[in-house]
Amino acid sequence: MSVQSLTYLFVGISFSLYIFIAIKSRAGSTNEFYIAGKGVHPVANGMATAADWMSAASFISMAGLISFMGRDGAVYLMGWTGGYVLLALLLAPYLRKFGQYTVPDFIGTRYYSTTARVVAVICLIIVSFTYVAGQMRGVGIVFSRFLEVEIEIGVIIGMGIVFFYAVLGGMKGITYTQVAQYCVLIFAYLVPAIFISILITGNPVPQFGFGDRLIDQDIYLLEKLDLIMTDIGFEPYTSGLKERIDVFCITAALMLGTAGLPHVIVRFFTVPDVASARRSAGYALIFIAILYTTAPAVSSFARYNLLESTHDISYEQAPQWFKNWEDIGLIAWRDKNNDGLIQHAEGNAFDPVKPKYDDSIGEFGERIITNNSQVKSNNEVYIDRDIMVLANPEIAELPPWVIALVAAGALAAALSTAAGLLLVISASVSHDLIKKTLATDITEKRELFYARFSVLIAVIIAGLFGIYPPGFVAQVVAFAFGLAAATLFPALLLGIFTKAINKEGAISGMIAGLIFTLGYIVYFKFMHPELNSSSNWLWGISPEGIGTIGMLINILVSIVVTSMTKKTPDEIRNLVDQIRQP
Amino acid sequence: MSNTRRNIDQYWKKNIQIVSILLFFWFLASFGFGIIFADNLDEISFFGFKLGFWFAQQGSILIFVAIIFIYIRSMKKLDQEFKEDIDE
Repeated sequence: MSVQSLTYLFVGISFSLYIFIAIKSRAGSTNEFYIAGKGVHPVANGMATAADWMSAASFISMAGLISFMGRDGAVYLMGWTGGYVLLALLLAPYLRKFGQYTVPDFIGTRYYSTTARVVAVICLIIVSFTYVAGQMRGVGIVFSRFLEVEIEIGVIIGMGIVFFYAVLGGMKGITYTQVAQYCVLIFAYLVPAIFISILITGNPVPQFGFGDRLIDQDIYLLEKLDLIMTDIGFEPYTSGLKERIDVFCITAALMLGTAGLPHVIVRFFTVPDVASARRSAGYALIFIAILYTTAPAVSSFARYNLLESTHDISYEQAPQWFKNWEDIGLIAWRDKNNDGLIQHAEGNAFDPVKPKYDDSIGEFGERIITNNSQVKSNNEVYIDRDIMVLANPEIAELPPWVIALVAAGALAAALSTAAGLLLVISASVSHDLIKKTLATDITEKRELFYARFSVLIAVIIAGLFGIYPPGFVAQVVAFAFGLAAATLFPALLLGIFTKAINKEGAISGMIAGLIFTLGYIVYFKFMHPELNSSSNWLWGISPEGIGTIGMLINILVSIVVTSMTKKTPDEIRNLVDQIRQP
Repeated sequence: MSNTRRNIDQYWKKNIQIVSILLFFWFLASFGFGIIFADNLDEISFFGFKLGFWFAQQGSILIFVAIIFIYIRSMKKLDQEFKEDIDE
């Protein structure tokens, strides 16, 4: 069978499985719709959390990014796993004890204020929508590369599937489909990683192969990679380029943001008790760590393979995958020094970075691009970071079914995260805005109807983002973390660990954190991108890491404002005492 | 009632203690070994890795998992002690 028919087969089977599970686990009440009736086993919840958390970005983009960042890629690895320690130790057990439906529910109740609830809903919607747009785009890319349908149709099919099981099953349906999606995505990630590890190092465990000797040479993979890269003129793979303070702040912002992401937190509301909430955080991190310790190994294998198979090689002799991905616009090459060979080097090859093709073919058969050559760099190749994982099976010449499996896994990763995000968005609208703020007297049946209706609206908006991506979507996704770190995380933390912080403090803290962080990002990324370099940044901290400072500002403002306003009421102090007991 | 009040405060104090110790190791494994002391640790070779690099890309994640499971066990023990005190 061809790669394409195998892909249709695998994707078809996995989609039917998700639909089957959705029909089996319909939700009948708001309790089931929002938090799966609090009946999810900690191990199942761990898997669901892992799938919920690991998005198209983790599955498709992360290893590729690390591949090109080398040492500095550790910010993602530590940032996106370390957050679970904060979640498990500082938030999950207490929020589960509080035991409501949504994150704004806690903030609204603890800070005894509808305003606080609404501010939390606004933060939640900004964070979740920036995040969901990237997922829909991921679905589109996979469909267009592997199934050769238009990106738009791919997005619509993805929307249809998510809509079906989110509306039908709510949190209950999503939970059990996420368990299935976790199994699909982790299998799809590990199979090619194991194959490639064996090919390069002879070691079947990628985590060990990463530190092993090359199969036919008496030299460690990482040593060899450092050598190859220094020869070409790159910094060694295992040394970092970023300033230490920036690495520190980006890692911290990703950790704090992870712990403050509403769609992750809400997963801990679905287990029966406090002890189960703790346990499921542990299981979730194990399931996540399986992928996150494999990813950096895949990154180093991919970089090694890429340089070995294409550097100083003529275009005619370049492997077929190089041309396949060039065909769909994710690779571009221009022979800057007229030697007929492909050369990689430090820096972006072209200006603007992304290639613009003019439909003609050059003397070697390459696609001609109209971009200017970047004068400062000898680099001749543009490579979209996303293809490092998707193309890996082709680069390593693995059998067609592995390629099909990777496509199904990438879709599982994107759909599971999209579904989780859409559910928290709709829950915050139907529960926090409608039931708790605008129309407090509606019946449960009516609320359930609004919940389902909000899913529909959210799916449509997310789909539009996927089909008509505003140019900034890809950049913005990374900032969802900074924003969560600067707004929701401190409000939750202070709400649990202090009794003193009052509603005025929390509201002004969240607003200060939001405005500062959003302002800094918008200033450097959209208003003055030409100033976006470390000499202009505040203390050398990039927009990616600024959420850490935003969080400190949030906490500081909360404390100062609290000290100037009225004490928290006694019943709130009692509430805090209660959530602190198991 | 005052007895229960004291127990609750004690439980919370111990809880904070456990969390603080574990967060210290969380910080040490990631920000410490992976970032601040990484250059010094890189001098040491560890199964084909530079040690600082290994902590940044592998070790810290494994330590995170261990920290959460130590937390689960310590809290389970603390919960049991606390329950017995309340029952008395």
